[in-house]
Amino acid sequence: MPTPYDEMWEKLNLDLTAHEGLLQVLGKFYGDIYLTQEGRLKGMEYLDFVLSEVHGLRIKELQEARAQGRKVIGTFCVFVPEELVLAADAVCVGLCAGAEIGKEAAEKILPRNTCALIKSFVGFKLSRLCPYIESCDLVVGETTCDGKKKAYEIFAEYAPVHVMEIPQMKQACDRELWRAELRRFQTRVEEVTGQEITAARLKEAIKLVNQRRRVLQRLNRLRAAVPTPISGRDVLLINQVSFYDDPVRFTAKIGELCDELEKRVKAGEGVTPPGTPRLMLSGCPMAVPNWKLPYIVESAGAVIVGEESCIGTRNIRDLVDEGGETLEEMLEALVDRYMRIDCACFTPNQERLQNIVAMAKELEVKGVIHFALNFCQPYAMEAFKVGRALEDAGLPMLGIETDYSLEDVEQLKTRVEAFLEMVR
Amino acid sequence: MVTAASPLVAGMDIGSRSIELVLLQDGQVVHWDLLPTTFDPLGQCRSLLARVRAARIVATGYGRKLLLENLDNPEVTAITEIQAYALGARRLFPEVRTILDIGGQDTKAIALTSDGKVAKFEMNDRCAAGTGKFLEFMAVALQVDLEKFGDFALQAERRIQISSMCTVFAESEATGLMARGESPANIALGLHLAIIARTAAMLHRVGVKPPLLFAGGVAHNPCIKSLLAESLGAAVLVPEQPDLVGALGAALYGQKLVAPE
Repeated sequence: MPTPYDEMWEKLNLDLTAHEGLLQVLGKFYGDIYLTQEGRLKGMEYLDFVLSEVHGLRIKELQEARAQGRKVIGTFCVFVPEELVLAADAVCVGLCAGAEIGKEAAEKILPRNTCALIKSFVGFKLSRLCPYIESCDLVVGETTCDGKKKAYEIFAEYAPVHVMEIPQMKQACDRELWRAELRRFQTRVEEVTGQEITAARLKEAIKLVNQRRRVLQRLNRLRAAVPTPISGRDVLLINQVSFYDDPVRFTAKIGELCDELEKRVKAGEGVTPPGTPRLMLSGCPMAVPNWKLPYIVESAGAVIVGEESCIGTRNIRDLVDEGGETLEEMLEALVDRYMRIDCACFTPNQERLQNIVAMAKELEVKGVIHFALNFCQPYAMEAFKVGRALEDAGLPMLGIETDYSLEDVEQLKTRVEAFLEMVR
Repeated sequence: MVTAASPLVAGMDIGSRSIELVLLQDGQVVHWDLLPTTFDPLGQCRSLLARVRAARIVATGYGRKLLLENLDNPEVTAITEIQAYALGARRLFPEVRTILDIGGQDTKAIALTSDGKVAKFEMNDRCAAGTGKFLEFMAVALQVDLEKFGDFALQAERRIQISSMCTVFAESEATGLMARGESPANIALGLHLAIIARTAAMLHRVGVKPPLLFAGGVAHNPCIKSLLAESLGAAVLVPEQPDLVGALGAALYGQKLVAPE
């Protein structure tokens, strides 16, 4: 079926036939998982629209920005400081990597026992299916795990890549390393964009990204209400969209949605029947369109009220201090903020355990579901300590290891339903 | 004395290999039956139910939703195998704290609290390694009847190690051993030991508190039973009819629905 975007996609060198197949699958998947929900907020219409135009209107906006001489920089990880990208007047897009579609292509060059997220971004590139990757003037990688680290070496043969070294500990020397990495990234962004990152521009960018974090914090505070006014699936979607939508527009729209939520909370209206068990998700990021586990959990009769993950609280919990005036001070504020990230790539990582337990208690959940992608060593291994920390706090945890395929859905349903029977 | 007014409650465990039915009246088992699952599990369920008149059905197992979605009368409720096994096991042995169920496609380890609630559970993932299916494949490879496979393995003269748990790889490992002249009984024992290694690891993840009940179709296998007891260094309880524990648990759940205590 011809669309108004065919010419644009062709210019981006997408595989048009396979891409059409991808959009059809995505549309059907979205319809089944999202549009069948009851009691949805009016404000979610914006998200439905953004997702229906995920490879259309937003890509068109990126091409328009590029036509004006702006650059597009793609990222895969919450460690990459978006502030520096925006301060150089570039567009920052979080690349998704949540679909299985390019798996076969990826397995031609990657070992089979590589996590689904890595296979997905490599597969998207090799199969020419992602208009975001194809629109990027620079893709920023990072050394969060060995799989990603080595995959970017191969990815760099297909796209311009800059890899940031993420510290693995939180000692003074690690701060030094991270500060140097921010400087090196700043230089690279300035080279790519031809724009100098000045103190004034960085100050604006810091405020802009903080504003988006604040509105998502507000969303999280509102959805924490008992009964919760919004489904976990919808909040996950909002967090996912936050990575690629225009930050100013997104912040405004989610602000409106929060106003609507506030009314629901005041009226004591819940999105699910009274007594629905509240659960929290923890673990690996769930990138678009990986809605598999939340869908299974919420279809089994629970509601998700928190996501302890990079596409969730880890990305929005901490703000960057806005008090800095000089470039030096602001970079230091960025170092502070980003070094607070409690990713499983750190050792030791006590903060994450404390944050999970505190979050589970605040949200009054009956239990936590820990999600690790198959072959994701950092999260799969840390799941053991998370389970023990929660057990000490009197909270049950269900550990799930899975990928993007649908072949284990029945087994997952049994596990999730049994967990619900256990915590009810 | 059973009165005419007491409703009959059916528990059905729709597994990958067989479907079991247990009928309760006033909390007592009045009837049980089982059929292979075949390619038409719903038809098999209907055959089992045609012989009885149940006022309420509780379905469990892999095919629980099938019954829930296709049967309007009588009312059907679905619970997971985890809960069904917990209820069934405690009825048979009220002190049970740990349950191991090895069925056709799934292995489950369940830890119970002292009052019989599920405290923790583990299941195998999508791969059928270490389940009844694994034994079935290996029995075929060694040309032994599945029902006699355990006794056959007990005739082994020495223990050999088979490290692969994947059905396909274990078969090639067994073929390799046969080619080197290893006796089929020794290989059979090695395959049983491989299941025990995997199962024991799963049990230890939930914590093994005695008494332990071993249920599911594989509990008929005497070799697995004795190796399990040896590996855990503890007694292993096997009910008279280990395949019926899930259906019994489901029926007990139904009993609570029709006659709350």
